[in-house]
Amino acid sequence: MSVAPRTPPTKRDWSWRSQAFRGLLYQIIAVVLIGGIAWWLAANTAENMRVRGIKSGFDFLTQPAGFDIGESLTKFDSNDPYWKAFLVGVSNTLRVAILGIILTTILGTLIGVGRFSRNGLVRGLCQAYVELFRNVPVLLQLLMWYLLFTEFLPDVTEAKRIGDIYLSKGGITFPKPIWESGHLFGVAGLLVGAIGAWFYRRWARSKFEATGQIRSMFWVPVAIVLAVGVLGWLAGGAPSQFAVPQKGEFAVEGGGALTPEFMAVLLGLVLYTAAFVAEVVRSGISSVARGQSEAAQALGLSKGQEMQQVLLPQALRVIIPPMTNQFLNLTKNSSLAVAIGYPDVVSISNTALNQTGRAVECIALIMLVYLTTSLLTSFFMNWYNAKSAIKER
Amino acid sequence: MTTQNQDNIIVFDKVNKWYGNSFHVLRDINLNVRRGERIVVCGPSGSGKSTLIRCINRLEEHQEGHLIVDGTELTDDVKAIDKIRKEVGMVFQQFNLFPHLTVLENLTLSPMYVGKMPKKEAEEKAMLQLKRVRIAEQAGKYPLQLSGGQQQRVAIARALCLTPKIMLFDEPTSALDPEMIKEVLDVMVEMANQGITMICVTHEMGFAKAVADRVIFMDQGQIVEQNTPHEFFNNPQTDRSKDFLSKILGH
Repeated sequence: MSVAPRTPPTKRDWSWRSQAFRGLLYQIIAVVLIGGIAWWLAANTAENMRVRGIKSGFDFLTQPAGFDIGESLTKFDSNDPYWKAFLVGVSNTLRVAILGIILTTILGTLIGVGRFSRNGLVRGLCQAYVELFRNVPVLLQLLMWYLLFTEFLPDVTEAKRIGDIYLSKGGITFPKPIWESGHLFGVAGLLVGAIGAWFYRRWARSKFEATGQIRSMFWVPVAIVLAVGVLGWLAGGAPSQFAVPQKGEFAVEGGGALTPEFMAVLLGLVLYTAAFVAEVVRSGISSVARGQSEAAQALGLSKGQEMQQVLLPQALRVIIPPMTNQFLNLTKNSSLAVAIGYPDVVSISNTALNQTGRAVECIALIMLVYLTTSLLTSFFMNWYNAKSAIKER
Repeated sequence: MTTQNQDNIIVFDKVNKWYGNSFHVLRDINLNVRRGERIVVCGPSGSGKSTLIRCINRLEEHQEGHLIVDGTELTDDVKAIDKIRKEVGMVFQQFNLFPHLTVLENLTLSPMYVGKMPKKEAEEKAMLQLKRVRIAEQAGKYPLQLSGGQQQRVAIARALCLTPKIMLFDEPTSALDPEMIKEVLDVMVEMANQGITMICVTHEMGFAKAVADRVIFMDQGQIVEQNTPHEFFNNPQTDRSKDFLSKILGH
């Protein structure tokens, strides 16, 4: 009594009252409306700009910018063109965003897990942290840190000295190793150590599978990386020349420096976003069914094994999507840096806009930067999310 | 505790437990379980049956009295708890398989991490257990791809992978469709015939009659009556057990 396999019918009903026809009609109406509005906006802007004699186009990008930038990863001076200034802005934004995302993830996860602590004091402190930092507007927090750094620290001329580190309204100045070819050996050593650590982890994993003996998968690899790095540095002649900051008459000179603007933006964004990340982590862990934890315990797994092998892998799929939101928020909130004068892409574009009057172009560039970074973050996180999804059919 | 009989693998001695300050869930429980004995625990919901067996592997902790499992007293001592959990397997009403691991990985997780068994050996042993519950062909699938009955059989195989001396079943068939109850009970009957100590909370009276050495009836945190299945079902001694039996056998 076998039935011959049949393919599903392909014919559709296209009558006036069919769902297919209605659906198509609504889509056409929507596309026409959106296209019409976009055309009207573009035409209107172009017409107004023509009437008022506003120049448009991106040719200004190659002209000299004519302004200085407070801090930059590469050398920049006022004779450099606008496009270079833009790049400095983008790099400053990315510097805050990337460092911020890393630090926020670490801090937020610690606080989120801390809310499950058996210690009441730790639990209370973590909750107090979350409630304090997520309920004060982030702009206020940035201003507060900036004020703290600039109001309560001494003038540059009376910089506070702790060892070879200087603290002042100008920021933190610290000794920086002078780059020599010997350092190259150290860097090479770190790289070799990283490769070695990777092999060690593979070996430890296969050893565990072969004999059941559990080896350290974190501290030993870290030790390998550091040890080989130090060996390389010694092989390179152990260069240990530091550029030590010196107090000059008007400023602290030499060494490496972190400006108060950078520190305020980074600290403000990290502390604010970590409160949200902590809540994301907490809700992720508590979303894993209680029975999972009980089954792990009944099987004799230790607390750490239970967290690592059972709870976290399942919490991850709940954590990732809202975590992506927080990463995007942090990146976009970094545009508030303009309020305290950190030269991020918004701040520099504003200056460029004021000088050239190319408002549409400058705003479009800013939007392009944020759209690109945000979409890249989203793509990466979506890929990661798909990877850690649970198979159900 | 020097007076205990060597043949008793589990000894409850005046065990008391409260939830919060007011709910007295276990009251003066005295119970000896012999090695290889098969016990069915029944009683109305909220009577403390689940709590009773969950005390045996310390998923719940008792607050008064002594509880000795295979010669080790259960206290706050972490080492003792670890030792006992290796000897006690448990099957839950809601299966509680790990959904992010395959069936085979579910079975090998504990032998590898707790039993320090090489992966190959753990997998061979796991396949043996899967064959025993007649589900070996599903080893590569994920739990949520299986039916409820299959999942529960996997859960039984997982508990057996540590070669426990005692198996605890907490209403293993209550979340299953009627068709699937039989396949799970069949597996449990087979196990019972192999001499492992079993304590099973269930309302499957057919199962109780077929395999149990003793039926324990609980109500309001107390063991009200215990007897052989034949005596318990045909000649209940207390009003509460008569009332309970008339309700579950009424249809």
